[in-house]
Amino acid sequence: MKAVRRLLQRLISWTRASRDEEILRAEIDEHIAMQTAENLRAGLPPLEARRQALLKFGSVEAMKESYREQRSLPLMETLAADLRHVVRRLRKTPGFTAAVLLTMALGIGANTAIFGVIDSILIRPLPYPRAEELVGVSHTAPGLPGLGAAGLTCSASMYFTYRDANQTFEHFGVWNIGGASLTGVAEPEMPRALNVTYGVLDAIGVKPLLGRWFSQADDTPGSAETVMLSYGYWRRRFAGDTSIVGRTLTINSTPHTVIGVMPEAFRFQRDPELILPQRFDRHETFLGGFGFQGIARLKPGVTMAQANADVSRMLGIWLNAWAPNPGIDPAIFQNARLGPRLQPLKQDIVGDVGTALWVVMGTLGLVLLIACANVANLMLVRAESRQQELAIRAALGAGWGRIAREMLVESITLGLLGGALGLGLAGAGLRFLAANGPDTLPRLDEIGVDPVVLAFAVGVSLLSGALFGVIPSLKYARPHVAAALRGMGRTYGQSRERHRARNTLVVVQVALALVLLVGSGLMIRTFQQLRSVQPGFTHAEEVLILHSLAPNAMANEPERVMRMHHEIMDKLAALPGVRSVGFGSAAPMESFLTGFGNPVDAEDKRIAEGQVAPARRIRRIAPGYFSSVGTRVVAGRDMTWTDLYERRRVAIVSENLAREWWGDPRAALGKRIREGGAADPWREIVGVVENVYDDGVQVKPPESVYWPALMDRYIWTGDKEFAVTSGMFAIRSNRAGTEGLLAEARQVIWSVNGRQPVFLVTTLKALYDQSMARTSFTLVILAIAGGMALALGIIGIYGVIAYSVSQRTREIGIRTALGAQPAGVLGMFVRHGLSLAGVGAALGLVAAVGLTRLMSSLLFGVTALDPVTYVTVSAVLIAAAVLASLLPARRAMTIDPVQALRAE
Amino acid sequence: MKDSDVRQGTLALMVLKTLDVLGPLHGYGIARRIEQISGDLLTVNQGTLYPVLLRLVQEGSIASEWGASDNNRKARFYRLTRQGRKQLQAETRTWEQTTAIIGRFFAAKEEDLR
Repeated sequence: MKAVRRLLQRLISWTRASRDEEILRAEIDEHIAMQTAENLRAGLPPLEARRQALLKFGSVEAMKESYREQRSLPLMETLAADLRHVVRRLRKTPGFTAAVLLTMALGIGANTAIFGVIDSILIRPLPYPRAEELVGVSHTAPGLPGLGAAGLTCSASMYFTYRDANQTFEHFGVWNIGGASLTGVAEPEMPRALNVTYGVLDAIGVKPLLGRWFSQADDTPGSAETVMLSYGYWRRRFAGDTSIVGRTLTINSTPHTVIGVMPEAFRFQRDPELILPQRFDRHETFLGGFGFQGIARLKPGVTMAQANADVSRMLGIWLNAWAPNPGIDPAIFQNARLGPRLQPLKQDIVGDVGTALWVVMGTLGLVLLIACANVANLMLVRAESRQQELAIRAALGAGWGRIAREMLVESITLGLLGGALGLGLAGAGLRFLAANGPDTLPRLDEIGVDPVVLAFAVGVSLLSGALFGVIPSLKYARPHVAAALRGMGRTYGQSRERHRARNTLVVVQVALALVLLVGSGLMIRTFQQLRSVQPGFTHAEEVLILHSLAPNAMANEPERVMRMHHEIMDKLAALPGVRSVGFGSAAPMESFLTGFGNPVDAEDKRIAEGQVAPARRIRRIAPGYFSSVGTRVVAGRDMTWTDLYERRRVAIVSENLAREWWGDPRAALGKRIREGGAADPWREIVGVVENVYDDGVQVKPPESVYWPALMDRYIWTGDKEFAVTSGMFAIRSNRAGTEGLLAEARQVIWSVNGRQPVFLVTTLKALYDQSMARTSFTLVILAIAGGMALALGIIGIYGVIAYSVSQRTREIGIRTALGAQPAGVLGMFVRHGLSLAGVGAALGLVAAVGLTRLMSSLLFGVTALDPVTYVTVSAVLIAAAVLASLLPARRAMTIDPVQALRAE
Repeated sequence: MKDSDVRQGTLALMVLKTLDVLGPLHGYGIARRIEQISGDLLTVNQGTLYPVLLRLVQEGSIASEWGASDNNRKARFYRLTRQGRKQLQAETRTWEQTTAIIGRFFAAKEEDLR
């Protein structure tokens, strides 16, 4: 209680320090006056009376000091005093202050920004209640060749089995993302739709803002069609009208009743705009058809291992409970050897983006270290120039701690100020990134500055401040008083010891810069290698891609659908500036539409009974597809309209598939293949085209099969005719990417298909760039970091040499006077710079060999030990070091001995 | 406990006792009184008294106000507060106990301690 009261009093008096000071002075004066009067009464002469009174009182200053210390909060007061000193000193040297603040702002800002990204993507939990209980459900299938890294997803039959038989899930459901046409409005469109079974929203547990969730009834085929809206879509499209619940929208040509709106905070992969119930008919459900993502909320206390075991058990039930899809060998499902593959939902969403982000974070951390080393160097120079002042203060009794504290206050102030600026930069950067970041970054819309990021920025600022402050204060806070005071004169020479700290810092800087430069060099090489890959299409910037639908009413008349697409193609080709038009089920690099493919087998390559042929990428195309996107026909011919309209059983395959099976593209012509096993008729290969890098240029191009867009029968339609209803037009024109061409194309399509939505509008170039987004993102960050590191390293070397020249002016004067040649003087300093750079580079090379291995998964076409990069980077660094030391060294060369000696 | 802490503690107790006996008094008066009573045993600088006074004011044991001194000069007078009186009683007791224990301890013969 007493202590609290005292603290309070101290706090109060801290705020009125100057008044208290006056009161104290008055009190002391009074005391001494009284003692003097007493002494006078005792008979002392006036002067002696006062002197005795003063002696008796003791040291006024010491007493005041101890009084002050008690009166308020001494730490805060000296801190405030230090702060005032620091601010004054910093304002006296605006150049130094600006340099330090800018360096720190860049370093801390970059680190904070990237930490913001990492925090929102990797660290922060998903924005769902008890998100740690959510798991993504997929499967391993060692018996299925060609399965992607994502594993095998779920089928409708799995949904039923898992929902009915599980013992570990509180909720389970499956979902997929697709488009849904919204028509009957002025601007028909194709919003992103999330199709969910009953259980998905319950698992996620985010309550709707308006209306209700789907119930099990919404799932049942035959019941009334319903839809939910996302908050953003509701605001954008319906102006946030609360009466929307209960209204009817025409979705996929069917009326749907709006039953609810999700809250603003609701997030889901690919940011859906509509949520539709996914309906399965138990009577038409088979083993296959793995087009759905599974999501489950585990019962409280259930471990991942228990859940995996549960799924493993249910897979056995599932395999016996359902029939294989018609025409598919049941042994295929047996031999696929499905296993459970549950993982936390966050991991499901984030995927493998973590490596790139941590590499970037590590990179920027190194930049910050370099920046700190640079600032520490500046601080050393500054402390050195203050040495005399510090020595005097020490001689007058200032303690080591007191001086060190002031130095640390200075550096931490600089760190915090730089950090504040950096936080501003980071905020701006994150806003920019959230708006323009690569689509491959998941959870991008959640990025921003939150308390965790703020705490990180403050922590990093404090730490860097302490880091670059501790070196000078260790070195100079305890000055060798005598030496320092004596040494200020001309007798003071250069000692090696004085330079050691700064030289070490520069060596560290150079080493770190080399690591970063090697990293960015490797990324540049990777980028070059990627650019040099011929992706399987040409002049991508000239190709406009847009998707459209055939009206639902035509669905049962494939020929009409095809003739409609044909008419659209002809009309598009007649638009001004259009050179060619192609049509197909998906454009190159739109592998998110094609999936990983379906098994294809060849007539003369029989596979063992019960085995599955490897999956091949499937596209269905109309004539002109290859010439529009620029895929070369290697052997044989393109399809013709006659092939389509006469339902000829023809096929085109990619070059790598032809080589795999028949060794040569020409040998493939005339061979027959089919999709999905015995139910499909054999189709004859009439052409072989070059490989298309469908999954991005850094991934081996998938072996592909192209079917006609109109067929007499198809594995997926049984014995009925088939035509592509939702397809893509590729328009090659030098007006691609302009609003004009897009508007004209849209009008053409609407004039033929009766206002069906036009969607997924892009250019082939944009698809290509997207496939390289992660590489270019990492490249840009690393290049910036490398550039900064190089600049800071050069400044560091320049600083050390320039300072050394200024300190050794007299020595140089003497040398020159004694006949040293200017070239020799120059060489002396350049050698110094070079030796620093050389040692740094050598250390850096060793570190780079160890560290770049961490980024090998980001590289393409080069190894982490690429000699070209290492040699080039070292050469650049050494050249830069020579340059950086040449500039100040030239100044040394021009020193006039007479002036140099007279100057002191 | 540091030496200065001990001295400060004793000094504080002396200040409280002085004010208790003599009533409101200025700093000089307190210093004189302590000098007289301690018989110059406590050869402290008079100045060291003021930090102790400050501490006691901050703790609420004494309060201060400006008034006129004997020769009609403006001076700061300190007086004991109710809390200060309680503190004095408590500390006097503690002090007596302590001195008694210490006294007995030093008076004890070797065999008593065994």
